[in-house]
Amino acid sequence: MAYPLIGSRFDMSSDISAQLQESVQTAMTQSVPLKIVGGQSKAFYGRAMEGQILSIAGHQGIISYEPSELVITARAGTPLQEISQTLAAQGQCLAFDPPHFGETATWGGTIACGLSGPARPYQGAARDFVLGVKCLNGKGEILRFGGQVMKNVAGYDVSRLMVGALGTLGVLLEISCKVLPLPAEEITLVKPMTSEKEALAQMIFWGNQTVPLTASCFDGEKLLFRLGGIAIQPAQQKIPAEVWNEGNLFWIELREQRLPFFTAAGPPLWRLSVPPTTPPLELSEEKQLIEWGGALRWLRSDLPAETIRAIVAQVGGHATLFRGGDRTSEVFHPLANELEKLHRRLKEQFDPRLILNPRRMAMNW
Amino acid sequence: MFQQLYPLIPQSVILRSDEEVRPYECDGLSVYTERPGVVIIPNTLEEVKTIIRFCHTYQIPLVTRGAGTSLSGGALPRKDGILLSLAKFNRIIKIDPINRTARLEPGVRNLAITQAVTQYGLYYAPDPSSQIACTIGGNVAENAGGVHCLKYGLTVHNILELKVLTIEGDWLTIGSQAWDTPGYDLLALITGSEGLLGVIMEVTVKLLPKPEQTCVLLAAFHKVTMASVAVANIIAAGIIPAGLEMMDNAAIQAAEDFVRVGYPVKAAAILLCELDGHRDEIDKQLKQVSTLLESAGAYEIRLAQNEQQRLQFWAGRKAAFPAVGRISPDYYCMDGTIPRRHLSEVLQRISELSQQYGLAVANVFHAGDGNLHPLILFDANRKGELQRAEEFGGKILELCVEVGGTITGEHGVGIEKLNQMCIQFNTAELTQFHGIKSAFDSAGLLNPGKAIPTLHRCAELGAMHVHHGQLRLPELERF
Ligand SMILES: Cc1cc2nc3c(=O)[nH]c(=O)nc-3n(C[C@H](O)[C@H](O)[C@H](O)COP(=O)(O)OP(=O)(O)OC[C@H]3O[C@@H](n4cnc5c(N)ncnc54)[C@H](O)[C@@H]3O)c2cc1C
Repeated sequence: MAYPLIGSRFDMSSDISAQLQESVQTAMTQSVPLKIVGGQSKAFYGRAMEGQILSIAGHQGIISYEPSELVITARAGTPLQEISQTLAAQGQCLAFDPPHFGETATWGGTIACGLSGPARPYQGAARDFVLGVKCLNGKGEILRFGGQVMKNVAGYDVSRLMVGALGTLGVLLEISCKVLPLPAEEITLVKPMTSEKEALAQMIFWGNQTVPLTASCFDGEKLLFRLGGIAIQPAQQKIPAEVWNEGNLFWIELREQRLPFFTAAGPPLWRLSVPPTTPPLELSEEKQLIEWGGALRWLRSDLPAETIRAIVAQVGGHATLFRGGDRTSEVFHPLANELEKLHRRLKEQFDPRLILNPRRMAMNW
Repeated sequence: MFQQLYPLIPQSVILRSDEEVRPYECDGLSVYTERPGVVIIPNTLEEVKTIIRFCHTYQIPLVTRGAGTSLSGGALPRKDGILLSLAKFNRIIKIDPINRTARLEPGVRNLAITQAVTQYGLYYAPDPSSQIACTIGGNVAENAGGVHCLKYGLTVHNILELKVLTIEGDWLTIGSQAWDTPGYDLLALITGSEGLLGVIMEVTVKLLPKPEQTCVLLAAFHKVTMASVAVANIIAAGIIPAGLEMMDNAAIQAAEDFVRVGYPVKAAAILLCELDGHRDEIDKQLKQVSTLLESAGAYEIRLAQNEQQRLQFWAGRKAAFPAVGRISPDYYCMDGTIPRRHLSEVLQRISELSQQYGLAVANVFHAGDGNLHPLILFDANRKGELQRAEEFGGKILELCVEVGGTITGEHGVGIEKLNQMCIQFNTAELTQFHGIKSAFDSAGLLNPGKAIPTLHRCAELGAMHVHHGQLRLPELERF
């Protein structure tokens, strides 16, 4: 059954790809840097940069949604909320649980930032679900890669390359994504706990069992697990923790960074991505919040970037200056030389005049 | 041409005589053969680096080979080049049961991974039917899939980190032991790049805890359409089986003749549906799936009663390719993927094409993902049959593109589907692909002539299509 077309959302007038193409072509001939914006909900993310605004927000509409195919295709300016609601009405969801960071969040911005929510270690990341894209490269050419099918190895996987590229390789116009059924049942378990070491051990232990975990978090006071799926009660009984009935709200607040840990005034927010079994980092006096079964550690700290990065790099991870701090610095963990060289070359192949979100990702390109 | 290389590496790793290089003349797609200039089977990373440096300095083409099971001619060698076999790099470097990862050399066989980690209650999910032979390096290069990819994803979803040598000799660490890395997703870009971007020298895979329980249903249908409907209905009901495979009557008969597992040989189609998880979950889903199969018109539904029977149900499916190999001198395996809703229509059109070309087809495929594997039966010794089979195959792939699918779901483009790439992608898109290639390998030394067609080739093909009717005039066939 095809998704019924409702109202003006599906009106072809919301397809502004021709306009966007013209803007990029003009910018290319004049070498004018473009700052691609959707709903500005993630304007804080990445490096600060200047450029002529290229707004995608008007490029809206769900182009196709076939619940039995588990695929949705929508224009990049479509509100993320609209996508989530449309899916929920059919009992489905974006399994990578993307943060919105505001009501204005768009589909394109979500994929360009490539961020995934608390479910990520258990259900996959944004990049795992993207099946195809239509985009504009820096030459103003409209290109399609991937498609709407689950398996596709024709040509290089440019669709996934675009996820998290922050618009530096192309202006996303349409994205097709795999969706999954909403969990039939969901429950939050909570256990008071103050030891980081113990919390990490518990996260690892339960992550290695066949219990249907869909999220985990340690906030310094308590350890939380979310279970989701079919007939989850037996699994729930294995884990010695209390059921928290209002728990589902907690995960949304965590994902949207509305918990006091994130909203309190204070030092910049760092995102530390490390191998899950990494023991407590030598940053113990700094305030931390842990999720993703130990693989993602949020840190509020004024320590110099080099100090934080050195500690994280030592365990095989990387550190991003997520919010606040000096947005003109390298907010993403600097790449090894030979990788930096390749990134630069790839950027030039997609965007020879370096006009698409220049320097949003790295200082030199 | 290779004289300067020989003093740099031990003689024992070099194969030069006709006799020695013959096994490397083709891969799993044996209709294409070429004598490799030289075959080298190095033992050490240093030797590999020396070979790459040599190729870069003297501009010599380099084709990397895992187990050579590619079905698209991806590992087809070149007369003027080196065939680099990574067969000796078959060490499991480290198993980390707590992080649930394994670090592997590229030549480790797919099945050997699961065999090595089973003692920890873990397994590696992607399971191509060729898993006893194919290597993890080849799996990454092709983004291999398998029966369990419907629920657990393809190779790209199950790897964390790669170590890659570029043709310039750079040693890249791509991805990491964490869940993400800064910069572009090169892990995804390298996966499925068919040996064109670099030589994969190490792979860290993710491992999964073995499910508590696994069970399999076999459902028989009088019509292929009914089985197709059942597939769509199961997915639409919110159930993602661990595997959902379909076989048509020709495949059922061939498999049954070969392995005798008691398949219903009169059925027009069977579905094999595997469910895994914990007991209560499975009980619930079993009931749901049985009802859905029945309402789609299944005339018989069998549940494997024990592990032995479960393996038997799968034995027929897993032996389907060699089984077809027994009933026909040659077969040609296609790999298009389509949106599931077009399954019955596309299968119908394939059977019409089969009559038109006078060549039989057996279908055995990953129905849950919409990934078709029509096997076209032919006899290469009969004049014109190979050509007809290839043309028929091309038509099937074009049909897949027409209904919104793709020309290859898991086997790769290789040398085989270059023409169909011209149909799936336009000039600007192909140019972008060539741009990516040149960012890694500007001289085009790694696996040249594979995966991405030249614009020239597509232009010629476009012109040829116009004259199609003339080319196929019967009088021309005598020349
Ligand atoms: C009977 C049969 C069943 C099959 N079933 C499936 C299936 O279910 N699913 C599926 O996906 N495939 C299947 N295949 C296809 C094939 O097995 C896969 O593509 C497999 O991944 C190839 O691995 P290989 O080691 O044999 O690689 P090869 O065939 O040796 O090489 C394949 C390609 O990878 C490149 N390559 C190999 N190793 C490296 C490396 N280390 N670095 C860089 N490039 C490299 C080669 O240059 C070549 O382009 C099947 C094949 C057969 C014969």
